Amino acid sequence: MTPLTPVITAHWDVPDYFTLEGYKRHDGYRALPKALAMDPDSIIAQVKDTGLRGRGGAGFPTGLKWSFVPQNDGKPHYLVVNADESEPGACKDVPIMMANPHALLEGVIISSYAIRAHHTFIYIRGEVPQAIRRVASAVREAEQAGLIGDNIQGSGYNLRVTVHSGAGAYICGEETALLDSLEGRRGQPRLKPPFPATHGLYADPTVVNNVETIANIPWIVNNGVEWFRQFGTEKSPGFKVFAVSGHVNRPGIYEAPLGITMRELLDYAGGVRGGDGTVKFWIPGGSSVPMLTADHLDTPLTYEAMAEAGTMLGTGTPMVFNSTISVVKAVTRWLEFYKHESCGKCTPCREGTYWITGVLDRFEHGAGTDPDMKLLEDLCANITGRSFCALGDAAATPYPAAMKYFRDEFEAATHTPVDETYPSAASYLFTELAPR
Amino acid sequence: MNPLTEQTRASMAEIIHRYPHKRSAIMPILHLAQSVQDEITPEGIAMVAEVLDLTTAEVNAVATFYTMYKRSPVGKHHIGICTNTLCALLGGDAVYDAVSERLGAGHNQTDVDGTFWLERIECQAACTHAPVMTVDWEFMDCQTPASAVEVIDRLARGEMVVSTRGPAIRDFQATEHTLAFPDDGLAGEGGEADAIMLAGLTVANQRGMSAPPATAQGA
Ligand SMILES: Cc1cc2nc3c(=O)[nH]c(=O)nc-3n(C[C@H](O)[C@H](O)[C@H](O)COP(=O)(O)O)c2cc1C
Ligand code: SF4
Ligand code: FES
Repeated sequence: MTPLTPVITAHWDVPDYFTLEGYKRHDGYRALPKALAMDPDSIIAQVKDTGLRGRGGAGFPTGLKWSFVPQNDGKPHYLVVNADESEPGACKDVPIMMANPHALLEGVIISSYAIRAHHTFIYIRGEVPQAIRRVASAVREAEQAGLIGDNIQGSGYNLRVTVHSGAGAYICGEETALLDSLEGRRGQPRLKPPFPATHGLYADPTVVNNVETIANIPWIVNNGVEWFRQFGTEKSPGFKVFAVSGHVNRPGIYEAPLGITMRELLDYAGGVRGGDGTVKFWIPGGSSVPMLTADHLDTPLTYEAMAEAGTMLGTGTPMVFNSTISVVKAVTRWLEFYKHESCGKCTPCREGTYWITGVLDRFEHGAGTDPDMKLLEDLCANITGRSFCALGDAAATPYPAAMKYFRDEFEAATHTPVDETYPSAASYLFTELAPR
Repeated sequence: MNPLTEQTRASMAEIIHRYPHKRSAIMPILHLAQSVQDEITPEGIAMVAEVLDLTTAEVNAVATFYTMYKRSPVGKHHIGICTNTLCALLGGDAVYDAVSERLGAGHNQTDVDGTFWLERIECQAACTHAPVMTVDWEFMDCQTPASAVEVIDRLARGEMVVSTRGPAIRDFQATEHTLAFPDDGLAGEGGEADAIMLAGLTVANQRGMSAPPATAQGA
């Protein structure tokens, strides 16, 4: 059995861990002087050697991304932390910011130093004021302690950190939309290439990294490559802050090596809650990656094994659904989300999500038809690979994945309303229905 | 409605200093305008355009793109109920229906006296705490229809309601001010991680599990 390995989360039970003092009492800011004594390039090399992969969803190797930033080009460089966490099912960056803002910040300072950035932006979705406060307060504490600002710890290195509040738009999590948003525009994706590493914020070299990715950095600098590579696999090294939600008895944050299985996580989370006690389907990392079933509970949660199983690790935040859940209902609701969040820049996504939700609605009411199934298939095929950014591809993901395993449910929804086959109340976490 | 003042303009100028290019300040500045006026008004758009050297059309284009900026008064409290798939199917739909009935308001509407604004919100990055509700964007985790209606009743009576992972509820405009000036002295509220955030650490402690210590090479 793969053990749980709390690293980032190891001291979250310390009452003041989110303060500078609490973090320092538990080895906080020990990596920083070490890093500032290193050559920036050797930090990049070290991060490369760990094989750390981005935790924002795509799993791109972090050290490699940093190495794309041109050095000695005389231009300002920027680090932008992507704290927009809005992917349905993703709920690990907000807890990290609430419980461990200084680990993020220590990672920010080291990462900025490595890529020669002197101004970092932490772009936090606007709907989570308590996470924003915690990070902003950590920034002020760090400034007052001389950990951010001019000549940090006598190193001659200067860094400013700006905490930026978003205003409600999932698309701003896409890194180029985020940059447009941060430049004060509508958050719509940019054409790539050029990539942010050369033409990012204000057209200057920029690294965009996820909160959890950056929060890994202090431990990497402190403990080294060998230590980091004890966790996980060759292609998916390290530990992961998994957030397990849905029909489990103990939903929550579970930190474990990559390569742990869903069956093991389920065991730690107290097993399946409700229904007939089995997993009907689960999604490893956000609604944008294809669902899996109980047949995949022993597949390692790594980038490579998830790809082999036809899905992606994504954000590594598994959602678990029991036997009472209608796949048709779940897919319809996700598509309504994508329709709402489509930025409107390109036609396949803007129009496609509109048409898909319309057709799915018929199935929910038991009025779908056989040709409707083909229509949905065509609509999804016409979005995939033809939209401007990955949101479109994501919107075209839930339906084909659901059809792969649960075609019979869509067939049933050609004659019987979904609510009759799967009464909503059976899935609820509470029994009382009417208030008072 | 409160007018925008010279004080507002000065605060906007302060926000601009955080950025190398002033246009980047537009989002927190719009939050600030909303914190004063409870919505984004034509007057607000005009002042933002003026301080950022933009046209009102440019500011409008941004203000209408993001869902947190409202074009009519929100009232005293913004109530969000997550109805994205996970929350919805685990009970969020029933929570929404109960609150909607209690308020006599639907999605993006206010109750009759304009005190509460109700909104179906998307995933709030809190699925482990489903079904999720927010009051003035502060977390009210793990709701039932009855508990959510009770929150509304208490707010309506002017009683204190405390966020499950944050401060005592103030009002919508106060939160909007926080989004413009986040270091508001409330960061410590809500204390350490809650039981759900500690779920894995708790199991690890019970079973004597921990991460391997640093190797000699690293330390
Ligand atoms: C629609 C969409 C939304 C995204 N949302 C987020 C997000 O909220 N947070 C995040 O870190 N990455 C998000 N991403 C991925 C980013 O584009 C980018 O890959 C990531 O921030 C890079 O950081 P990493 O290499 O550390 O993972 C999103 C991508 C898309 C297409
Ligand atoms: S795929 Fe969707 S979100 Fe992405 S650019 Fe096109 S319309 Fe916008
Ligand atoms: S689905 Fe409600 S918080 Fe994620």
